Amino acid sequence: MNQSILSKEQIKEVLIERHGKQVYEKLKNAHVAIAGLGGLGSNVAVMLTRAGIGSLHLVDSDKVESSNLNRQIYRMKHLGRYKTKALTQELKEINPYIRITEDTIKVTEENAAELFKEDLYICEAFDVPECKAMLINTLLAAREDVFMVAGSGMAGYDSSNQIRTRKRMKNLWVCGDEINGIEEKGSLMAPRVAICAGHQANLLIRLLLGEKEERRNYAGR
Amino acid sequence: MKMNGKVMTVKEGMTVEELLHQEGYRLGRIAVERNGEILPKSQYAATRVEKDDVYEIVNFVGGG
Repeated sequence: MNQSILSKEQIKEVLIERHGKQVYEKLKNAHVAIAGLGGLGSNVAVMLTRAGIGSLHLVDSDKVESSNLNRQIYRMKHLGRYKTKALTQELKEINPYIRITEDTIKVTEENAAELFKEDLYICEAFDVPECKAMLINTLLAAREDVFMVAGSGMAGYDSSNQIRTRKRMKNLWVCGDEINGIEEKGSLMAPRVAICAGHQANLLIRLLLGEKEERRNYAGR
Repeated sequence: MKMNGKVMTVKEGMTVEELLHQEGYRLGRIAVERNGEILPKSQYAATRVEKDDVYEIVNFVGGG
């Protein structure tokens, strides 16, 4: 075995040193599903893996393309491979002991409830707005118990500070500026996409650790 | 009624679908919560807006 691969015990030790035993245990026993493995999903997966999450459910039907490299965690060696496979490989290099379930399949209104039936914490990380809306509508109608963390509004290079996390519905949190879409801005760049992914990942960690992220009064859209 | 925290008056008998069109939403890109519960898309046209209703509309934009 390669000397540079840490043992399970070594990873446990460093994570406990960083996060404390209680946080380590909670995250180790936690599970998150990620719908869409592009700029948001691939970054969220990497961040949760670094934080020590025990298991992930990765869902995407696409292959890595050259146009993904400007903001997604993939590298040239992944071009042409399914994102589920490429991402699993990357995550296993961070923590070989993480449990990963892959579904290389397109999520539809018909299969969404079945696909995510084992998942409680679900990260919506699609890029097409109709797909985002479909997943949220389908899962919130089918399930009372889910924690849905969506991303909306991270295109372009407007101020980072416009990106925020808000609880918008009973079981739905939205990260992003909720305004700047690819249609308006014409670009998607690594920093703002990663900032939004950071919001999603941190919110997921907060929810998993039992922190409250409640709805605040707010005016306007 | 309230929509995204803003108090609004709508004409009597208006449906949720009409309200959403009036406010310029594209129905394929939104999720609607009515009085704390998700309102399925299939019910937009059949649901009338009541004066004490509280709506949260999440509008999704592209990019990810």
